[in-house]
Amino acid sequence: MWKVEVNEKLCKRCGICSTFCPVKVFTCEIDGLPVHTYQEKCTGCNLCVLRCPDIALTLTGGKEQ
Amino acid sequence: MKAQEFLVKEKFPLFWCAGCGNGSVMHAIVRCFEKLNYTRENTVVVTGIGCWGKGDDYINTNTFHGTHGRALAFGTGIKLANPELNVVVLMGDGDGATIGGNHLIHAARRNVDVTSIVVNNLNYGMTGGQYSGTTPCNKTTSTSRYGHIEHGFDLSGLVAAAGAPYVARGSVYGIVQLEKFILEALKKKGFSFVEAISQCPTHFGRLNGMKEPAGMLNWIKENSVSVSSANQLSDSERENKFILGKFADKEKEDYSTKYLRVIREAKKIKEGGK
Repeated sequence: MWKVEVNEKLCKRCGICSTFCPVKVFTCEIDGLPVHTYQEKCTGCNLCVLRCPDIALTLTGGKEQ
Repeated sequence: MKAQEFLVKEKFPLFWCAGCGNGSVMHAIVRCFEKLNYTRENTVVVTGIGCWGKGDDYINTNTFHGTHGRALAFGTGIKLANPELNVVVLMGDGDGATIGGNHLIHAARRNVDVTSIVVNNLNYGMTGGQYSGTTPCNKTTSTSRYGHIEHGFDLSGLVAAAGAPYVARGSVYGIVQLEKFILEALKKKGFSFVEAISQCPTHFGRLNGMKEPAGMLNWIKENSVSVSSANQLSDSERENKFILGKFADKEKEDYSTKYLRVIREAKKIKEGGK
């Protein structure tokens, strides 16, 4: 399963990753910190990592066999 | 070297505002450095002044931070002094199109083998959101409170007309396409130019009803069309659109190669005359 890790110190809570996620895998905490909640829906497209303006996201894991 | 190793992690978090597109473009650039096996020693990143001018602070190749609008002039000098180096010039729209506009067209005309990456956020972000040479007509900025009465430059069209062999425009929203353009531009021998349409939520976005960081990026997404679709639009429909795609991609002998030939010829004449 794919996992997006968010570096809390680098993230500025802009919401670009959650707004533009094609399958809406993120939820946001009260301060705006994105959380990779719906992990099972994640397709690992990596767009959130590529678009993140703060280089705060990393994608790990992989597709389940 | 891995892309992450090109970044100066000690200086993170990035200085730019929440939602600013500069970080996304910088990340794409270092990923391209990795793909092309660039090293810290054979690469020079040249910047000018402005928000995007801070980009060199976070990249650990050789860097040169010049004066406002003169990044391309310094980049040209570096390339001529040592043609072996990969010279990448980062400019904003203020740096590249407005204050350094003349350097831009002449570097393109001379076909100096440097790669210039202009992040166009449609205003002067660092100094308070004044209008720049690329601000679209009717948009509000801190110096055009009743709507901008001028038309913005079509930067890519300008550089293509000046003779650059590689010109492309992408956007931060289409980051995969933008990265492809940057990669092709870095590979191109000769003057290559990539314009990245980017968001400035703090100034341009806030004054134009898009104060949410994702709002301006969404506006860019909704107003972007490809070169082929743009050809089917009328002039008035095309006016407020960002036309994304390649505007030039051709082979052309670059300045350094021609200059080297001149040096060889001159040496031959000198030797023959002795």
